[in-house]
Amino acid sequence: MNIIGKAVNRVDGREIVTGRAKFTHDLTFPGMLVGKILRSPRAAAEIVSLDLAPALALPGVKAALKLKEGKVRYAGEQIAAVAAVDEATAEKALGLIKIEYKSMPFVVDWEKARASDAPAVREGKPNVEPLNDYARGDVEKGFAEADVVVERTYRTGFEIHHPTETHGSIALWEGEHLVVYDSTQNVHGVRDGLARALKHPAANVTVIKTYMGGGFGSKLGLNEYTVVAANLAKQAGRPVKIVLTRRENAMCVGYRPSTSQTYKVGAKKDGTLTALQMTNVASGGLGEGDDVTEPVADIYRCANCKTDEQTVFTNTCASRATRAPGHTQGDFGLEGVMDELAAALDMDPLELRRKNYSTKNRGDTGVPYSSKALDQCYDLGAKAIGWERRNKKPGGGAANGPWRRGLGMATSIWAGAGVPGTLADIVLYPDTSVEVVCGTQDIGTGTKTHMAVVAAECLGMAPADITVKEGSSDYPWAPLSGGSLTTPSVAPAVRDAGLKAAARLREVAAVRLKVGADDIVLAGRRFSSKSDPSKSAAYADVFRDLRRETVFHGERGGLPEGFAYNTFGAHFAEVEVNVETGQIRVLKYAAAHDSGQIVNRLTAESQVVGGVTQGLSAGIFEERVLDDATGNPVNANLRDYKIATALDIPEITTVFADRIDPRINNIGAKGLGEPPRIPSSAAIANAVFNAIGVHVGEIPMTPQRVLEALKRKEAAS
Amino acid sequence: MEKKLSQKTKGGVTRRDFIKGMGTGAIGTAVLPPLLGQTVATRKGRVPVYDRKTITLTVNGQKTTLEVAANETLLDVLRGRLELTGSKKICDRGECGGCTVHLDGDPVYACMFLAIRADGRSVKTVEGLARGDRLHPVQEAWIEKDGYQCGYCTPGFLMAVSALLEKNPDPTRDEIRQALSGNLCRCGNYAKIYAAVETAARKMKGA
Repeated sequence: MNIIGKAVNRVDGREIVTGRAKFTHDLTFPGMLVGKILRSPRAAAEIVSLDLAPALALPGVKAALKLKEGKVRYAGEQIAAVAAVDEATAEKALGLIKIEYKSMPFVVDWEKARASDAPAVREGKPNVEPLNDYARGDVEKGFAEADVVVERTYRTGFEIHHPTETHGSIALWEGEHLVVYDSTQNVHGVRDGLARALKHPAANVTVIKTYMGGGFGSKLGLNEYTVVAANLAKQAGRPVKIVLTRRENAMCVGYRPSTSQTYKVGAKKDGTLTALQMTNVASGGLGEGDDVTEPVADIYRCANCKTDEQTVFTNTCASRATRAPGHTQGDFGLEGVMDELAAALDMDPLELRRKNYSTKNRGDTGVPYSSKALDQCYDLGAKAIGWERRNKKPGGGAANGPWRRGLGMATSIWAGAGVPGTLADIVLYPDTSVEVVCGTQDIGTGTKTHMAVVAAECLGMAPADITVKEGSSDYPWAPLSGGSLTTPSVAPAVRDAGLKAAARLREVAAVRLKVGADDIVLAGRRFSSKSDPSKSAAYADVFRDLRRETVFHGERGGLPEGFAYNTFGAHFAEVEVNVETGQIRVLKYAAAHDSGQIVNRLTAESQVVGGVTQGLSAGIFEERVLDDATGNPVNANLRDYKIATALDIPEITTVFADRIDPRINNIGAKGLGEPPRIPSSAAIANAVFNAIGVHVGEIPMTPQRVLEALKRKEAAS
Repeated sequence: MEKKLSQKTKGGVTRRDFIKGMGTGAIGTAVLPPLLGQTVATRKGRVPVYDRKTITLTVNGQKTTLEVAANETLLDVLRGRLELTGSKKICDRGECGGCTVHLDGDPVYACMFLAIRADGRSVKTVEGLARGDRLHPVQEAWIEKDGYQCGYCTPGFLMAVSALLEKNPDPTRDEIRQALSGNLCRCGNYAKIYAAVETAARKMKGA
């Protein structure tokens, strides 16, 4: 590999830094109207009457729609919409809509929603439902065999995605063909969803993502407002743009669901796990919460494992997938209890993890991992942070005034094999230009550059020579950009097309040079004969011999059965905790990952740095706060909803394992989107435990929670 | 009760009338028609009252004259009227820095700055940072060090950093952190951004 795995600058960098990159928010079309949505201020109510006439009578209003009849179930639910010539007119029109509500009882606090006398969130259905369960072996037998048993509860809060570009769509009808520009992670999925919602042929719908300003799971599918934009555009006969406000982004497009996980873990004196039991109460508002069993059941060798999870419904909008759903929460609990177990055993937490290392999934009881370089990640990460500097006993370090230092680590597992059947085309033009086309979407992860890198590698060219086309549902099918699917889906499909294109070029060159096609090598924009180096032809001549543009179809092949395909990672953090104020500072961070063959070192590092930063932010700062009395958020903006800034982020060392999966795909690449997001809150929480000698047990670890943990420690001693 | 609160100000306008005219919440939405074209007394002296005003801005070196509403922000004028969409509207209330532009060389949040206040002044946006095809060193550094992910916050960061390096050509890591603490990157690329800023500083010193 000449280019794959090296650091390559993004092919779209110049457009981004010059401000020429057009995001959905930046697009305008002739005659375009602004759409706005009236949302319920009440968490539960019955709509008694709804009258759009006064809004429609306002000059400048071109369309209006009723979106809701009957019962409203959360504050922020859509009621009606208008389209007007400008934003001010649209907002004024919303205020003119006459609506009468009859308030109903509601509950937004998941703990209160569990009470037997709590208001029913969904008519005729219980507020608490089973979510997931898993069992292998016999945990009771395992606890009986244990020398040490640790029981702890860990809680995770509600985290909002808050992409910088709020959600938004523009809909325009070209006759019977609907074109939608959407800030989305899934052009094909939104296309199919729109076709279903509008009962319109999918062939007559095109969804385009230009540049998009972040999603993190909140833009994975069709949104209600996109359907509204299409219907308003139809009614008005003009394009309609709907862009959500920051407040709407906090109220109606999802968040990471909360968890409350209780663990009971048994181990022998030498650290061998004998039983692992977990119960979880999750809450995802009107949707299901995340189940967190996967990491618990998978990472460590343990014959006896049992989990039981429930989800609690409340009158808040449904949660959505949030970068590494279930895993960030489960990892926080599992890795917390592993550290508390290590303390109970008086053992190095890293040694405890090595002691229970697995080579097969389901806790070493399932099928073998196709590749697993977690051991290498442990070595690389421990070395990078200086693991030997940790406090041998949690809280046992020297005090520096009110500050205590500590080191912690956490492991991650995630899927990330990609999706067989992903398609990509490479088009060779007689003028030597090359196009790579795939209906994937670059959401800022560097997919465009990956496509160029792989095509250039196959064709002996430079990434900058390749024209990349993505982000349209009219292009060959690719999965949504989420779940760490994109690179291991798209890169192999591009490579498949690229290898076919290179083979064809060699055939054409062989005819010109009068040698066998096997004798041709591509390098330095020339085709040369291996056996007779005097024979060579310039790219321009060989491409011209193609005589017309030629398309090569590539497809990501299947995954051989009998193996588990996973990514792994190990994160290490050093922190300083102020025992008087509860403030946490992260001083140093090292992240080691096994994501197989890295396609672009530069963008891979950015993925890791971003995942660590988001995990730090969620671990220390981020929490949606709802007003119990009204069901409305009290921090629906970027000042009161705390997000980490440059002041909070330390130097982050990124290292990659170099063991390449032999069968996962034709490049050996695994996903990297989720993995760095998974263990970062857990690693920091464990470092705080190492610093102060008590696990805070809940994220975000606000100063108040840190001080409460210190009080618990004091009371226990 | 209500009437008791109405006390005439020096300019002949009650505080209550004035607030009513302003609308609720928005900054300077609509002013009472009788006041338009007049002046009102403030602690800083008499100031004129506008509904709309013709202003002249020099944007990225180009002089432009346009009529703006009194409540239009500089950001809305740049994005909506001048088609300069590089500056982003992320929070629309001065919390994220995505709309940072230079006003006479100083970084300002364009979403918190009324366009009429920029009358006669010089505005530089991200579109004006490069000289023709030649990128500004900060832009080059962002590409080289991968200072971005989705790129949505990037214009604001580039404007904040270019302003910082004009004033402080050799910032320490802590000074960089401090200078960028008003810009949010949700993808979380700060650790890469530090390196990009330091690279840009070296480039600017070498240039």
